[in-house]
Amino acid sequence: MSGTTLWAAVLVASVGCYLLKLAGLSVPAAWVEQPWVARVVDFVPAALLAALVAVQAVTSGHDLVLDGRLVGLAVAALALALRAPFIVVLLLAGAAGALVHVLTG
Amino acid sequence: MSTAARSATLRDAIGLGAAVGLYGVAFGAAADAAGLDVWQAMVLSALMFTGASQFALVGVLGAGGSAAAAVGSALLLGTRNTVYGVRLAPLLSPRGLLRRAATAHWVIDETTAMAVSAPDRQLGRLAFWATGATIYLGWNLMTLVGALGAAALGGAARAALDAVVPAAFLALLWPRLRKGFPEAQVQRRVALGGAVVALVLTPFVPSGVQVIAAVVAVALAGRPRPKAEEGA
Repeated sequence: MSGTTLWAAVLVASVGCYLLKLAGLSVPAAWVEQPWVARVVDFVPAALLAALVAVQAVTSGHDLVLDGRLVGLAVAALALALRAPFIVVLLLAGAAGALVHVLTG
Repeated sequence: MSTAARSATLRDAIGLGAAVGLYGVAFGAAADAAGLDVWQAMVLSALMFTGASQFALVGVLGAGGSAAAAVGSALLLGTRNTVYGVRLAPLLSPRGLLRRAATAHWVIDETTAMAVSAPDRQLGRLAFWATGATIYLGWNLMTLVGALGAAALGGAARAALDAVVPAAFLALLWPRLRKGFPEAQVQRRVALGGAVVALVLTPFVPSGVQVIAAVVAVALAGRPRPKAEEGA
């Protein structure tokens, strides 16, 4: 991807996200407070974040790839279940990923 | 408002800002891993300033996705800020276009949570501005640290960073799945559905599109309840 395209993505998405925030302060509340709109908005983050977890952990391009990332993710899940602080979760995941990389060459 | 209540609000805001700043390091590192330069990472934190959307944009780009798929994911995740704005408007009642435009920039998960849970309206406003200012400062500063730090890495450290990115998304998702979050069971079902849809589509669609397509999993949440529960 060219630098210009990358910059365009960065700027368009930034302006778009800002306008979404501004819209909330500007539109009549009734537009957004319909039950089905609230329902969709409540659940979009779960669907998208889970999709990103899956794609980032076990895919590369169009292929499923199992490597240190999945091990790191498992370690992160365990740490989160034990209520470890965010930074500890990331450090443990990173250490697991690096370890697998070193062991498997 | 009492001095004690004021300082309690400020203390909470600053504590939260410091904690969220740590996510900024992870974002800066993720942006670098995705091929963005330090300036692009900084512009995202300064202008977009909404964590999940920023992570989604660089996540999709990092996975080889198109610019359109990356922007689409970021915007979809940004829709919840619209709902936050509606909730905050009566509390903050920003007068005039300029004030409203300035207020909008800081309408995010954390400022909304702090403002609506404050005991009264004055403290709610204080919580919004104090949380916004602390997080804005910490988030941008730490993005720079993360982006510069990651750019200096190589070899095994890269493999570590690759493992950190999915872990960071999991950490963003986790609180929604935990007991106590409104309808946590349904959130789990939707999350599982989203992950399955994305993985099944991965071999067949252009990179990044599977992430956007995963919103169909929201259908698993079912119809709104007659009396909707109050979400966070």
